[in-house]
Parts: sequence; structure tokens; C-alpha cells
Amino acid sequence: MSSLESLLDSRQVWRAQAGGVSDGGEAIASGHAELDELLPGGGWPSAAISELLSSGAGNGELALLWPLLSRMTREGRPVVLVSPPGVPYPAAWRQAGVALEQCHWLDVQGREALWATEQCLRAGCCAVVVAWLPQADSRLMRRLQVAAASGNTLAFVHRPLAKVSEASPAPLRIRLHRHAELEILKCRGGFAPARRIAFGAGA
Amino acid sequence: MRWVCLLFPRLALEGALRRRPDPEAPFALIDGPVQRQCIRAANRAARKQGVKPGQALGFAEALFNAPEHVQVNAPLSKAPGHAHFNAPDAAPDRGSRSGSSQRLETALFDVESVERWRRRLATWAYGFSAQVSLHYPHALVFEVASSLDLLGPWPRLETRLRAELTALGFSHRLVIAPNPAAARVLVNVHDGLAVDDTGLESALATLRLDRAGLASIDADRDILQTLNRSGFQRLGELFALPRNALARRFGGGLMRHLAELRGEWPLALDYHRPTPRFSRTFEFDQPVHAIAGLAFPLKRLLQELGVFLMGQDAGVERFCLTFELEDGPPQRVEIGLISVQRDPDTLLELTRAHLERMRLAGPVMTLTLSAPRLAGYAPTRRELLEGPARQAQAWAALHQRLVARLGQPALKPLVEHREHRPEAAVLNGAGPRAREASIGPPRPGWLASVPQRCDGDVVQLLAGPERIESGWWDGGDIRRDYYLAQWADGRHAWVWCEPERQGWYLHGWFG
Repeated sequence: MSSLESLLDSRQVWRAQAGGVSDGGEAIASGHAELDELLPGGGWPSAAISELLSSGAGNGELALLWPLLSRMTREGRPVVLVSPPGVPYPAAWRQAGVALEQCHWLDVQGREALWATEQCLRAGCCAVVVAWLPQADSRLMRRLQVAAASGNTLAFVHRPLAKVSEASPAPLRIRLHRHAELEILKCRGGFAPARRIAFGAGA
Repeated sequence: MRWVCLLFPRLALEGALRRRPDPEAPFALIDGPVQRQCIRAANRAARKQGVKPGQALGFAEALFNAPEHVQVNAPLSKAPGHAHFNAPDAAPDRGSRSGSSQRLETALFDVESVERWRRRLATWAYGFSAQVSLHYPHALVFEVASSLDLLGPWPRLETRLRAELTALGFSHRLVIAPNPAAARVLVNVHDGLAVDDTGLESALATLRLDRAGLASIDADRDILQTLNRSGFQRLGELFALPRNALARRFGGGLMRHLAELRGEWPLALDYHRPTPRFSRTFEFDQPVHAIAGLAFPLKRLLQELGVFLMGQDAGVERFCLTFELEDGPPQRVEIGLISVQRDPDTLLELTRAHLERMRLAGPVMTLTLSAPRLAGYAPTRRELLEGPARQAQAWAALHQRLVARLGQPALKPLVEHREHRPEAAVLNGAGPRAREASIGPPRPGWLASVPQRCDGDVVQLLAGPERIESGWWDGGDIRRDYYLAQWADGRHAWVWCEPERQGWYLHGWFG
């Protein structure tokens, strides 16, 4: 028993249930009650990248982000989408409560998309940056993570399922399953629950 | 009235050095007939090697090719009269340390380019005064009394003038005096002197006659010599003489000059009026093949543009880069800005982003930066802004940067149009903008730019149909039944089929 305590004292053992103690940055509520309860700090990690892995568009990624985006845009803060998988349908975004005049999207591909994402993250004036970067490897993800931290910007990067097994520097990794179901693969400062979480009521 | 006189003792050399990538490398201006060219001016690195004005070009070049022991001996061979000037520079250890591996770069002295630089500096000075004159060679005079309320007091303005000139790379001397003629002669011997009306007479009185601008009195060239032979040394001695005697002996020219110096005779100067457009060319010694090689000249040109705009109190909204190619027609790049700018660093960053997108069609011989139209500029003071205003500014800067590199069409807004056909509403932006929020049938978050045939992938129809039938008047006639469908892997798609026809089309995703 004493050896366990000495291990704890020397901080060589991390206690999962300790949770909730996030490292510095505060969290931003996602708008989904059940998800906020599970995420350390009670929401998306600010000034960091959250990675969303899915098999493609239509897995509820917008239902997941819309509550956050609508809150941010209605506060008058700009949101940038970088190389989204389709053309954003303004009527649908407006119906979701997003203030369209604060919403911008960048129709770019390849290296330019990476460059643009990094610029938006570093500038520190975007409330949220959402990027679709199937080309990003873990080295580039680290670069974007550093940019997000230096610009103090909340960012989401969508990558294909093939990257699930790849190491990633993102503090939060979420896999989107069928429509409106997600699985937390990794969350720094917390304990990733093994079950799937349903969010939102359809699109 | 208070007049500043700026004297540029090394204008030709420093103007030429501004065009060189490494101003510290040995460089000299040469002059004279081709058979016997000699050094007109040399920069510090060249002087350190013993290059002096008046030397034959061949001799100066030999100083750089000579073996080391010659370098060491060089100071000994100098004329004693120059020893005090050259001694610290030409110390043997320095001479050998800088090495003789460097070559002496030279350029031809060009009177026209000196004048051009003087005009550019006048344009710069125009930022401080509306009365700038190029009347005196090698110098600029301008009136600052009316600007001192804004830019003063004088010590502060002086510091600013010196700092800006140093940043531009021009060594200078300056004097402020009650009239331009006095300022001009006082700058011959003083630097940083400020005299007012009461101190003027005594400041002028101590001036030696050969430095008092008497040579420029064109009536009689022998005035100076005659005065010297008569035993006159200082200007004060002339002031003490009875005026009518002096006028009888030397004529009206001298009297007028003396009166101008003392401010008794008004001096009418031609004032410099800057041109309202900007165009500068940078010529390369050797053709430049890569964009990277243009970075330095671009920086210089934009810096000059910044100075020009500052003097004009203006900014640019668009400007143009022209590349003269070795072969083929010139290549032009138009750079449009979203807001009026004049800060050289911002302009450089944006221009770089533009250049990264272009390819040079061939080796570049000259680069021209031109701004045909200026725009009014209202500077924003960063430190005063807080919160939303600061954020708006940061957003504007980011917007500008993205558009500069990716092009205007890449950054798109979300605009809702009152139009039923999805393609027309989203892709083409047809129809009037939707005003009030109306609750319509659900629409997918993503729209595919082109509907795709997808017969086997739909597992189940979850909602629908919704008939969209419109556009018979403009040729884009459609008649479709839209459904919310579940995809084979569980995703939610927006699909349509035409009534009484086969085939499903994927048109969007419910994200």
C-alpha cells in the first residue's frame, strides 16, 4: 500500500477517475448535454484540435457541431469551413440557427487547404475553424495543433476512418458511427468511455 | 518661419547602394572617360581596403586582388594628409581580416539618378512640409514652422527625420534656421544646429567665407578670391562693413546674398510638387529565373512605395508589378487589396502571397512597381482598439491574406436566396436574398455540386417525397421528388427521382 502511495506521490501513476482536471485551457460547451458530461472540463477543448473520424459526409457531423457554430456566430464571431465535403446549403444552416453572415467557407484543396487552415488557426480571430483534411498526416496534425494553441482557436479536423489507427496529437479524437452516434477514442485529461453516445435528434 | 536644410553628402553612393543586395560588400561609383575611369565614391568596405576617391579604377581593383602583404603595407604608402581620416579604417589587422577574396563591385556615376533620388527624398519630406524646395544642389530645404504644432517640438521632429533617413540608408546633416539661405550655408559646417532669429547673426558671423556660398554668386566669380586677398576671413567681418561701400566694390550680387542670409531679402524658391502616381523600376545585373530572387528588390520597391505614400498621406488599393522578360512580352501582375494599405511589411506579405501563385514565363530583366492611382488612407491605431473592433481588424487582415494567396473566388460567404431549385439557390446564387427567416422543409447541410446517379446505395427512404418543380421560365426547368434516404452504411442522404421515370440521384448529405 505504501509503495502504491509513493508511486502516486511521484506522479508516475495516472488515475483515470481523477478526471476533470484539464490542462490549462478551458472547455467550450458542445451543446449536447450527454457529451458535455463525458468530456473533460465539460465541452470541446479550446485552443486545440478535435479530430473527427468518419466514413464521409452524412454521419451527423453537422448535427454535432451546429449547436456550437450557431452559438458562436450569433455572438458575432466568424467561423471558417475549409474544403468542406460539399457546398454548404445556406437554408439548412440558417434553420440550424447559424448566423450566415459570420459563416465563410474556403473552396480549396490539397496543400492550399492545409495552409489556409493553419493561417486561420494562427490568426486567432476565428471562433471555430472546421477543416476537412484527408491529406493530413500526424506531422501536419501536430503543426495544426501548435497553430491552434498559439492562436487560441477551437478547431475541428475531419479525417477518414483509415486514420483511426494512426497516432494523432489531437487531445480529443471522436469517431462518428452511423448517423448521430459517436465514440470517443481519446480524450486528454479524461477517461474515454467505451460505449457509443447518441447525440442530436436526426439532422 | 523656420527652415530645415538637409544635406546629403553621399547621395550618389547611397542611392546606388540601396539597389544592391548587400550594402556592406565593397562597392564604388566610378566616373570619367572609358579609358581613364576613376573612383568617385566608395563605401566603407571598399575604403577599408584603401580605395579612395580619385584613384584610377585599375588601381582600386588591384587593391582587392593583391596578396596580403601588400594590404599590410598599404597604410604606409598613404599621403600624410589623409592619415587621420584613413588610419582607423586601414589598420593592418582589419585589412587582412576582411580578406582580399571579395571583389570590388562598381557602377557608373549617374547625375540623373542622383537627381532622381533627390526628388524622391523631396517627396518624402513633403510628408512633413508643404514647402519643399530642391533649389540647392545636394540638399533639400523645407519649411517646418507650420508643421511644428503637429509634429513638434523641434527635437522630436529632428529625431524622427534622422531615424527615417537612417532607415532609408542616407547619411545626412541637418540644420534649422530662420531662412533657407542661412540654413543652407550653416549646414556646410554644422550638424544638428538650431538657430533662431536672435542667434542667426552670430552663427553666420563665425562662418568662414569659403563655406558661405559666395561661390554661387554668378555676377563675379572672383568675389571670394578678392575678399580673401583683402584679408577677410569670416562672414562677420563683411557684416561689419558699411553697406554702400561693399555694394560699390562688389556689386549687388554679394549684397543680395548677404541680405538673403540675414533674412532681409525674401527668397523665392520653386517648391517641389510630388506626382500623384508611383512607378519605380529595378534593373537586374543578371536575369532572375526564380521568384525567390525577386524578394529583395520587391522589398526595396515596396519600402519606397511606403515612403512615397507616407509623403502623400495616401494609400493604395491596387498596384501592378511588371516583369520585363529576357525573351517575350512583359508579364504583369495586378495586385488588388481589399482595403487601402500603405504599410510596406503588409504590402510585402500580400505581394508574396500573390507571387507564390504565379509562374515566371522567362528570365526577368527588370521589375517595375507602379501604382497609377492612390486612395485616401485613414490609419487605424491598433493599441486603441479593444474587443470586437480589434477582432474585426484581425479578421480583415486574415481575410486579406487568404484572398491574396487563394484568390477572391475561393473564400465564399453563405448567402440564402429565395429560390426553390437547389442548384440555382446554392450554386448560382439566383433569386433575391431571403429576408426573414422562414421555416421550410428540411434541407441537407451539404449539397453535391452535381447530382450523381446512385441506384444501388439507397437502403430505405426515411422521409418524403417533396416535390420541387420550378424554373420553366428560364430554361432551368426541373421536376423532381426529393427524399431523405438512408445510405447503405447508415448515413443520411438527400436523393431525388423524377416522377414517372427510373433512377435515383444523390444530391446532398444530411451532416
